[in-house]
Amino acid sequence: MVARANAMAITLPSLSRSRLRAAPRLSGWIIASGAIACLIAAPIVTLAWIAAQGSGDLWPQLIAYVLPRAIRDTTILLAGVGTLTAVIGVGTAWLVTAYRFPGRGLFDWALLLPLAVPTYILAYAYLDLLHPLGPVQGLIRAMLGIESPVDFRLPDIRGMAGCIFLFGLAFYPYVYLTARAMFLMQSACVIEVARTLGCGGAGAFFRVALPLARPAVAVGVSLVLMETLNDLGASDLLGVQTLTVSIYSTWVNRSNLPGAAQIALVMLAVVIGLVILERAARRRQAYAAQAQRSRKTDPVRLTPGHAALAVVACALPILLGFAAPAGYLLRETFRRAQMNGFPPDVMQMAGNTMMFAAIATVITMGLGLLLAHTSRLVRRPLTRGLVQLSSIGYAVPGTVLAVGLLVPLANLDNSIDAFMRSHFGVATGLLISGSGAALIYAYAVRFMAISAGGIEAGFAKVPMSLDWAARNLGETAAGTARRIHLPLLRPAIGAAALLVFVDCMKELPATLLLRPFNFETLSTYVYAEASRGTYENGAFAALLIVAAGLFPVVLMARMSRPPAAEAFGGEEPDDQVVSSARPR
Amino acid sequence: MARMLSLSALFAVGATAALTGSAAAQSGEVNIYTTREPGLIQPLLDEFSKETNIKANAIFVKEGLVERVRAEGANSPADLLLVVDIGNATDLVAAGVTQPITSKLVEETVPANLRGTENQWTALTTRARVIYASKDRVAEKAMTYEELADPKWKGKLCIRSGKHPYNTALIAAFIAKHGEAKTEEWLKGVKANLARKAGGGDRDVARDVLAGICDVGVANSYYVGLMRSGKGGDEQVKWGEAIKVILPTFSDNAGSHVNVSAAAIAKNAPNKENAVKLLDFMLGHEAQDLYAKANFEYPVAADAPVDPIIASFGKLKADSVPLDEISKHRKAAADLVDKVGFDN
Repeated sequence: MVARANAMAITLPSLSRSRLRAAPRLSGWIIASGAIACLIAAPIVTLAWIAAQGSGDLWPQLIAYVLPRAIRDTTILLAGVGTLTAVIGVGTAWLVTAYRFPGRGLFDWALLLPLAVPTYILAYAYLDLLHPLGPVQGLIRAMLGIESPVDFRLPDIRGMAGCIFLFGLAFYPYVYLTARAMFLMQSACVIEVARTLGCGGAGAFFRVALPLARPAVAVGVSLVLMETLNDLGASDLLGVQTLTVSIYSTWVNRSNLPGAAQIALVMLAVVIGLVILERAARRRQAYAAQAQRSRKTDPVRLTPGHAALAVVACALPILLGFAAPAGYLLRETFRRAQMNGFPPDVMQMAGNTMMFAAIATVITMGLGLLLAHTSRLVRRPLTRGLVQLSSIGYAVPGTVLAVGLLVPLANLDNSIDAFMRSHFGVATGLLISGSGAALIYAYAVRFMAISAGGIEAGFAKVPMSLDWAARNLGETAAGTARRIHLPLLRPAIGAAALLVFVDCMKELPATLLLRPFNFETLSTYVYAEASRGTYENGAFAALLIVAAGLFPVVLMARMSRPPAAEAFGGEEPDDQVVSSARPR
Repeated sequence: MARMLSLSALFAVGATAALTGSAAAQSGEVNIYTTREPGLIQPLLDEFSKETNIKANAIFVKEGLVERVRAEGANSPADLLLVVDIGNATDLVAAGVTQPITSKLVEETVPANLRGTENQWTALTTRARVIYASKDRVAEKAMTYEELADPKWKGKLCIRSGKHPYNTALIAAFIAKHGEAKTEEWLKGVKANLARKAGGGDRDVARDVLAGICDVGVANSYYVGLMRSGKGGDEQVKWGEAIKVILPTFSDNAGSHVNVSAAAIAKNAPNKENAVKLLDFMLGHEAQDLYAKANFEYPVAADAPVDPIIASFGKLKADSVPLDEISKHRKAAADLVDKVGFDN
């Protein structure tokens, strides 16, 4: 969970695992952090409560017929998607950081584009594009001179292989982002030493750069796995029976919400176990990134032949993961526009989407900052634990999480109402439930992991000596945060904020369940059309989601690599953060 | 970043109104929680508001409608609950979030097997689970659901996921007719006939028939109207024209399996009168006509006209087993789907 955020800011070795003891009167920070963590954990506690209502009679049937298959399929899916995203993500990241070839500057940010396409839209686009009656197979038949799909057709994309392929395309940017950041930070010296000692390009990669980047790759892949595990729409469309599909079907087909909550909690426990393992593994590897580098690796110019291969390798994921679905949506939008015109309220939906994503981003980032700040100020297991507790919402499927949110909110509202009625004779009704505030709350719960984790990772790069200096010079904790940390954390905060924003925009299950009357966002609209089986009608709204997602993605790429650094092969932004803070 | 922050601040000011408080119950309003897609019911609501001056607020919820109403409890603003699928209708009743409908029109218009006990819910429209068959490759003019397991269709049958509510209801109806053991055999037979993995949507059956992937399939009746009418674009017209529709029966010849879109009045409805008015409106001629035309469903009012495309399938004879009864077998149906690995 927390891991995801590290995507944006790979943890440099903590410059000094500080031993700053808690200064007196820090309890305010801890109380605030504790309150936030409780708010975030409330839906999970509710789920546990719901799960406890169940009898458990569901399990014999599950164990006999459902779980073996679901666990096997989920494992294969996770292994496949993990491998594929690692290969694509690391491979392309290495190409754009270590080599010079035509288009490299473009690929550098364009490789992030698939982030903007929600997975269920990607899946739908591919089901349509690759259908025997679709354009791809039509073209193949035309080239082979075959008339009818009855005589020749490609295997169905539905199924495990297709699902791994599509998730690989949708999620590799997480690995690309983390691996690229790591490669950019790696010292030129290590690579050059490797080369002097006789390593070729491949040798330098496999024997030096890759092992050094392993923590970053692990972070990226764990984000991918979490996303894969919690996906419902795309795996459902592609007919892969994951655990999340089982949870959903237990709830919807058997009307057994307690049972669904039970499965979700077991899955959450497994995820937490994996995250702890991953963290433990990274602790052992922390030395790997210890190198303080002085100079950036100079990218090697590729020969024309190799350059052509590099261009193909970088272009393919973008074409397949972004251009194809975006092109499909464009085509469908035009067709629909000719038939029915544009949906009348689409601009208002876009406004709602952006507005709520923006507000949720600001609030989530603010709370995340407070959490991470406290954990830095008071370096104790308690505060670290609070950050991790706040990240838990990322590991639960959104649909189930939304139900966990409903209950405490409504209870709170009803209690306030009862209190006001009995004491003041005023009925307040439902204040938060069914209001925009409930939605914002849901987004904060779901995406706090990105915010708090990202800022925490950014903090790791800021030496504690700065804090001590500031405090010695008489600055308060809040003042240090404002005048020292905030400016230094800008890249980390910016990147996390942009990811939170994109994720809020794409969020569907909680938005559907918790929203106010007469309120549509782009994703609820697309979903409404999809659930009627008229996906095409939602094409324009889907295109808007992609377009709105583009902007932060491009911005994110720009922010993490200013052109100047590229031109001169000079210092990177992360480096500037540290070096400007360090006495020269 | 700073710019983004100030931009968000701007948004925040504009959002304050949206953020504070839900739609409070006022006179002259009716609040609808619906799992029916807004595109389908919005025209009806607009018409209703125009005629009665009652403002209709709607939220489209997919999963969790029951949970939301129940959690909101006594203060829930919900008046009318609209759902698709019999399972969802009976879930509302089981959760205790409904109340008996006190409307004469409902009793007069809706056949008893399409209403819940004590009128806790009522159907608004019905749809039949029918067979799409290739016009070119299938000679049969009549079929039973049982025959779908006949080995002569081996490698020729298409259907969506066995976990989809439409199929759950069909399988539950099969259990109501034949019991679990026979249903399991039948499901195994159907599974063995699949031309491709169970999945996709109902329209994909028609498309895959056109593509030659399968010869027969199971799907809902109204999709044929949506495809053939051209509402889904030119391509879908071709899909719709590739198939003929067979209204199947069970082997006892009692009729076709139908499912419903249904309505219930929320237990704590603050605007109950308006909810009944809206319900009556939805069962009235105009609305029933709109349902039939807009989504090609069968009107529940006996005298309301059926769309010509749908009428061309022949006269629908709905199976008479009460839907409440069918709904009781849903869990068993879902278990069987898992047991035979229908979707695997």
